[in-house]
Amino acid sequence: MSMATATAQPVERENYLNKHYGVGSWLLTTDHKRISLLYLLSITFFFFIGGFFALLIRLELLTPAGDLVQADSYNKLFTMHGMVMVFFFLIPSIPAVLGNFLVPMMIGAKDLAFPRINLLSWYLYIIGGVMMLHCMLTGGVDTGWTFYTPFSTAFTNTKIVEAGLAIFVAGFSSILTGLNFIVTIHRMRAPGMTWSRLPLFIWAHYATSIIQILGTPVIAITIVLVAVERTLHLGIFDPKLGGDPLLFQHLFWFYSHPAVYIMILPSMGIVSEIIACFSRKRIFGYNFVAISSISIAVFGFLVWAHHMFVAGISVYAALLFSLLSYSVAVPSAVKVFNWTATLYKGSIRYDAPMLYAFGFLGLFTIGGLTGLFLACLGIDVHVTDTYFVVAHFHYIMVGGALMGYLGGMHFWWPKISGKLYPEGWARLAALIVFIGFNLTFFPQFILGYLGMPRRYYQYPQEFQVLNVLSTAGATVLGIGYLLPMIYFLWSMRYGKPAPDNPWNAAGLEWKTPSPPTTFNFAEEPIVTWEAYNYEELDAPHKEEVPVAR
Amino acid sequence: MFDNFPLWPDRASTAAGNVDALFIFLIIVSGMMTALIFTAVIYFAARYRRQRGVLAEQIEGSTPLELTWSIIPLGVFMVIFAWGAVVYFKGRTPPRDSTEVYVVAKQWMWKLEHAEGQREINELHVPVGRDVKLIMTSQDVIHSFYVPAFRMKQDVLPGRYTVAWFRATKPGTYHLFCAEYCGTQHSGMIGSIVVQEPAQYEAWMSGGTTGPLSATGEKIFAELGCVTCHRTDTQGRGPNLQGVFGKPVLLEDGRTVTADENYVRESILDPGAKVVKGFKPVMPTFQGLVSEEQLNALVAYVKSQSQPAAAGPKTAVAAPQDTHKAGSQVQ
Repeated sequence: MSMATATAQPVERENYLNKHYGVGSWLLTTDHKRISLLYLLSITFFFFIGGFFALLIRLELLTPAGDLVQADSYNKLFTMHGMVMVFFFLIPSIPAVLGNFLVPMMIGAKDLAFPRINLLSWYLYIIGGVMMLHCMLTGGVDTGWTFYTPFSTAFTNTKIVEAGLAIFVAGFSSILTGLNFIVTIHRMRAPGMTWSRLPLFIWAHYATSIIQILGTPVIAITIVLVAVERTLHLGIFDPKLGGDPLLFQHLFWFYSHPAVYIMILPSMGIVSEIIACFSRKRIFGYNFVAISSISIAVFGFLVWAHHMFVAGISVYAALLFSLLSYSVAVPSAVKVFNWTATLYKGSIRYDAPMLYAFGFLGLFTIGGLTGLFLACLGIDVHVTDTYFVVAHFHYIMVGGALMGYLGGMHFWWPKISGKLYPEGWARLAALIVFIGFNLTFFPQFILGYLGMPRRYYQYPQEFQVLNVLSTAGATVLGIGYLLPMIYFLWSMRYGKPAPDNPWNAAGLEWKTPSPPTTFNFAEEPIVTWEAYNYEELDAPHKEEVPVAR
Repeated sequence: MFDNFPLWPDRASTAAGNVDALFIFLIIVSGMMTALIFTAVIYFAARYRRQRGVLAEQIEGSTPLELTWSIIPLGVFMVIFAWGAVVYFKGRTPPRDSTEVYVVAKQWMWKLEHAEGQREINELHVPVGRDVKLIMTSQDVIHSFYVPAFRMKQDVLPGRYTVAWFRATKPGTYHLFCAEYCGTQHSGMIGSIVVQEPAQYEAWMSGGTTGPLSATGEKIFAELGCVTCHRTDTQGRGPNLQGVFGKPVLLEDGRTVTADENYVRESILDPGAKVVKGFKPVMPTFQGLVSEEQLNALVAYVKSQSQPAAAGPKTAVAAPQDTHKAGSQVQ
């Protein structure tokens, strides 16, 4: 409840924010923390564009008839919503903002291994983003974010190639970020920061980076093939030219299924940090939680065809991919059980980050369990391509990933900005997001089982009540997302100055000043303790660990 | 009120009950998992809220516990998998002697043709209690034939046949949706399945028709000159097609394929792809010369040459002992 008014501040210490001034100092920076803020601004921009599209979609679906926009406009809206949210918000969100900021600090490094490549990755993202904006403003795309062939290569006359190239360029940004993290985590850990002492946030980002490096090139190749078929009429996917439309789906999902783990794994890393801190405990089963991140990344590559059970693949392929899909469910379940067990005999506080982590647990559990329905062949035939799928992946990608992202933003905001956010408002926002989210997406499970197909801009009368509920929820959710943006901005000017370690949290990032100096640590830290050493931190009569030794 | 706010879809096919039973099982299992986790989280959060002077108790973890909560869920998952696989397998395997309906999808319309020759658009009449097999293809992009009341869905692809089947159990009119996004009027590509009592259905079927589909096919077979090589009396330049359908065929390159709808289709459009052993690749392609509807008729004709009197225009000689291989259409 720190609705503090601006008090007379002491002379500010030099930090990464005030060391240099001017636009040039930002656009040419190689400081991972400044690049993280560049990303923060840009992904927030795209988030609100994508959110605006979502709002129009929900408004159109208030009534059964297609009355607010034209059919073609609606098709472009959901396509743009998907492309912007997936490629320009969710995939870069946690890795490029919080990962960028925290990976070096958590392992005791001055920066990422390749600071200039880090800046390059932001420029690639921006170039891709500008191309996408240009594409949207000059006509857009109407294929759905899935670009299914031969519709995308031979039938639509919208800007497929331009949108594809935008994603192609942004993809390299993602690859470079992953590469940077892997090298950094291998090569730049502080003395004593062994693999078994790494925060689980780092393990999660390591797993994410593997997917970024191995998966993204496949979507890049696929985009090139689509462009080649579309412009040169080489038969790759179009049966009229001798191609195979299912080949496209295999290639597309080979990336796009693991891409879901690019979104959710970093979020899981954040949840581990928050739960440990706010229950003052080491994460239960640290090794299992760490390994489960890696196994999700590995098994995630073996399940793609579960998107294709009714697409025309053989019965035996379907059986195999259904079976393999459950191999991803096990490590996900293991994580949830371990987080729950961590709470046992903890000393729990309900600050805003923890509320978001609880929210994550709730939504991810529902999202994960409905994944079992979809992996189950007999059920999938009925519910695939309906609102059941829409609800399921929003529970994972919005419920899970975005809850984690917001939780992380609150948790590390004092470190990032050097200011405290207003706790009361933050708790309220967490509650609004949770309620709004469930009201938006839970009715869609029912709609899906009733048989409402996705991507419909008009629908039979009997689906209306549930659609109205969903739209009502979306408005609540929208307010929930606007609030943090407002009070974060407010706190930058009016928030109380943050202490270096406001949560008394473990982790090297908290041993830096808030906000940190450009090189994070005055001297290279030497790690002599295990991750999540809350027992030592909370031991009675112990002084707080000194700042930046 | 519940007309406007249904909570459960109509159940109008034999598959619907199987799918619903599995779905309810999954709701129970996942409901229990959710209850377990939520209860634990809420209880721990309340019971162990921070209190002055009370420290958290550090617990390292427990391998037996980790194994327990890995193996038990895995066991449950395997049950779900197996049950789901059985339901899926049934749904993918059209019973023999199904009534056949040819489906041609295009932006944004469903064209349906009964083996008996009746044609319909965006509406399909079927009788209660009879197995209906859909042999589907698309003229343009990918569509998906979805009847929620039957819990049945199958993508419809250009350039090949996909197959689905159902047996309706309850008279009524049910939604037919296109479930794979297909362009501007995707949400307008809807129709209805009219399930009728057999007597009503027979009355409807006796309406105007140009004759069975296979008879149309026979005419096309003659017009295109197929009959000059694919002779029935002596061995022509092409294989004799009597009794071929549904049987394994030995190819020139040593492979064996089943002569199903997709094989017949491919042999007409791309004759050189899979040449029968002992024949030369001399047949010209008919790509672009026959429409999807004509192809369907030709397939129906070839099929009729392997069936006893039932659907054929004339009594076929071939033995009916075909091994109609399950799901061989979806390769």
